[in-house]
Amino acid sequence: MAKRTFKIWRGNKEGGDFESYETEITEGMVVLDAIHQIQSESAEDMAVRWNCKAGKCGSCGCEINGKPKLSCMTRMNSLPDEGEIMIQPLKTFPVIKDLVCDVSYNYERNKQIPPFSPRAREADGEHRMEQDDVDRIQEFRKCIECFLCMDVCHVHRDHEKKEQFVGPRWMIRLASLDMHPLDVVDRIPLIKDKFGSGWCNITRCCTEVCPEHINITDNGIIPLKERVVDRFYDPIAMLMRKVFGDKKGHKKLPVVND
Amino acid sequence: MLDVSEIHTVEHDVIVIGAGGAGLRAAIECSAHGLDTAIVCKSLLGKAHTVMAEGGMAAALRNVDDRDNWAVHFRDTMRGSKFLANWRMAELHAKQAPDRVAELEDWGAVFDRTKRGLINQRNFGGHRFPRLAHVGDRTGLELIRTLQDHGIHQGFEVYMECKALNILKEGNTVGGLLCLWKETGRFMLIKAKAIIMATGGGGKMWRVTSNSWEYTGDGAAMAYEAGAELMDIEFTQFHPTGMVWPPSVRGTLVTEGVRGEGGHLRNSEGKRFMFNYIPERFASETADSEEEANRWLTGDDTARRPPELLTRDVVARAIYNEVKAGRGSTNGGAYLDIASNRPAEYIKKKLPSMYHQFKELAEVDITKESMQVGPTLHYFMGGIRVDADTQETAVNGLFACGEASAGLHGANRLGGNSLSDLIVFGKLAGDGAAAYVKGIGDLPKLSNDEITANIREATAPLNRSEGNNPFTLHDDLCDIMGEHAGIYRTEDGLGAGLDKLVTWREDIKTAKAHSSSQYNAGWHEALDLKSMAIVSQAVTMAAKARQESRGAHSRADFELEDKEYWGNRNLIISRGDDGEMKMTEYERPEPDAHLKKVARATVEELDAMVASGEVQI
Repeated sequence: MAKRTFKIWRGNKEGGDFESYETEITEGMVVLDAIHQIQSESAEDMAVRWNCKAGKCGSCGCEINGKPKLSCMTRMNSLPDEGEIMIQPLKTFPVIKDLVCDVSYNYERNKQIPPFSPRAREADGEHRMEQDDVDRIQEFRKCIECFLCMDVCHVHRDHEKKEQFVGPRWMIRLASLDMHPLDVVDRIPLIKDKFGSGWCNITRCCTEVCPEHINITDNGIIPLKERVVDRFYDPIAMLMRKVFGDKKGHKKLPVVND
Repeated sequence: MLDVSEIHTVEHDVIVIGAGGAGLRAAIECSAHGLDTAIVCKSLLGKAHTVMAEGGMAAALRNVDDRDNWAVHFRDTMRGSKFLANWRMAELHAKQAPDRVAELEDWGAVFDRTKRGLINQRNFGGHRFPRLAHVGDRTGLELIRTLQDHGIHQGFEVYMECKALNILKEGNTVGGLLCLWKETGRFMLIKAKAIIMATGGGGKMWRVTSNSWEYTGDGAAMAYEAGAELMDIEFTQFHPTGMVWPPSVRGTLVTEGVRGEGGHLRNSEGKRFMFNYIPERFASETADSEEEANRWLTGDDTARRPPELLTRDVVARAIYNEVKAGRGSTNGGAYLDIASNRPAEYIKKKLPSMYHQFKELAEVDITKESMQVGPTLHYFMGGIRVDADTQETAVNGLFACGEASAGLHGANRLGGNSLSDLIVFGKLAGDGAAAYVKGIGDLPKLSNDEITANIREATAPLNRSEGNNPFTLHDDLCDIMGEHAGIYRTEDGLGAGLDKLVTWREDIKTAKAHSSSQYNAGWHEALDLKSMAIVSQAVTMAAKARQESRGAHSRADFELEDKEYWGNRNLIISRGDDGEMKMTEYERPEPDAHLKKVARATVEELDAMVASGEVQI
């Protein structure tokens, strides 16, 4: 293969600009390899966050030619053969330095979510759940917290409503708790108010960029929005609740004697 | 002149270094004991190397095969360790792992289920029964996320992207930690009564490794400098199946779950070569024909296990030898084939990360084609020597758990015993630290001169006007370790390696980083070189001393196990009074008679011992 030119954003919160680097690309390389090679050859103080280099930790997200991606899973041969390759940090988060940004917002939001609280164990000390009943939340729990979905969420990226809407990563975390067969906490009022489920206008940009292929919008956010609507805006459901009580309504599995 | 009083200083009862499974579990336990606890970690929370663990965590839950119990798990662990594990630790681990796994479920973990709705368990190398609780092939992610999401509500602090530099002591007693914020380049002083090392291993000293950048042996190095002992450090596990192509991902892990789910290893002639590599010790429990191995895969209880599920050391050497004999795959590995044995949908459901990893990084569809795999440096069995029950080291108030500590795995770790190690001994380290902290009064006094000297040492790479590129120095170390301390080792090779390391340690004294202190990758690399210098020397020295082949330590010049002498000894490394690294041989005491009988029993004898009640399960 040949030398390619990269334009990498260098700077910090005070400002910065793209700088040009050339490096030799060999077969099978991913963008993170190129970044490391540049770092080692000519930019050893360049800040880049990475860990596993196998698409499992979600540390190395950045915008490659304008698209949010994990740099460790983006093969060079998936990019156009010619021209410069532009690399910049995720736009939605404040930059710290070069390709590294401040993602502390996510840790603060996670802390606001009431933790998992299971129902009591069955008489024999077991928790029983059918595989069919956990398939959906296992999909959500594949999330590697790369925050690419947060980067493309319009409510955050264009409208800067971070305080009003919790963002897609945390909507699917909420969904993974709300749909957990063992969990007994009611988070629907919080999902409506504090976490702002109504702000999502279902453009599915988050789903498109998810490197774990989680169907964030259709399987996570829309069902949560529906639960909010059922609770707060559906008169028949409200009547039913008055009569039958306000339960989450998870189906309880029969106890099977082993 | 530096003024120590101007360094940002905080106080906690306990500091946990490392935020992987062991560190998080230890911190949760410390908080449960009411201790003011903080975690210091090099990366963001939730990114530690535990996320890379794929196959599962071993615990005799008996959900899939009720013939399993702690005694079988214990026996498997001792045999897998080539009888060099700490007997007490192997016992504690086998007995406590089921409770620790169940507890994860109460904290929100969602394991794959059996048909009866219980936690599902899969087969793995060296485990006699299906024993690994798992979530597809992303069990490590599930573990870390569960501990993280539970942990953030337990009240401990997490100092992220903060590198621990030096343990500070008064006499032989822990009193604090000096660390460095990556973002600002500022130092922080944490005063504390106890420190728990949960820093993982040091695979980054080899080029072909499954380990992330964090794995530079920091915990072992800091503990060594503080006066703790390292044990079994020569036993570095080469996982048999790392990716071999493309070059940039060479070493990336391919889970043992592929073989657990029925994957076969074949050479370039199409032969299932593992049948030629069955060690005598495992011959009676391993299938000796393809026909029998295939029956086992269909669930036939009377068939013995396929040889692909022998312990990792055996499989890694076999692949190495096949390649060396000219029977390797096109890219210098072995073929790992699951496509012929399982339907595409099953593979995607059970091994989703492997499917994506190969598709995206190697353009190989594992539901249609074979993978190509070869050995990759994966795990340190050895590490900081600890007391089996309390996890305390030779330094008062210094504890260690997880991969950073030694003892549970001896000469070879079984797959799946790592994640269970983290939660069992993470908890025990928390208990140990809590008992210790409650027994001491005031914080020890720290020496300002020592702190100043440590800071001066850490900032030296920034202040040099010229010197060596730290990334190039790291590369040089990988050359040395790859050539001299690889999968097969020799006296001469290791000796030459030690000589090269002497020169290399001189070279790193002039490591130079760009002068900016904010999030400076070159500087952080330069600081990690110091940890790797200590640990690479320890590994090579101990490997040279152990004149036998045992588990992961293979000596081309001593091909057999030496039962009489080395079978009864652990190598201990510590810093001598003269500041030089010293090594002693520890003669292992006679084990507990009951445990010995369990571990040495045949399968039939053990079943009889359980049936008669001699072994309580």
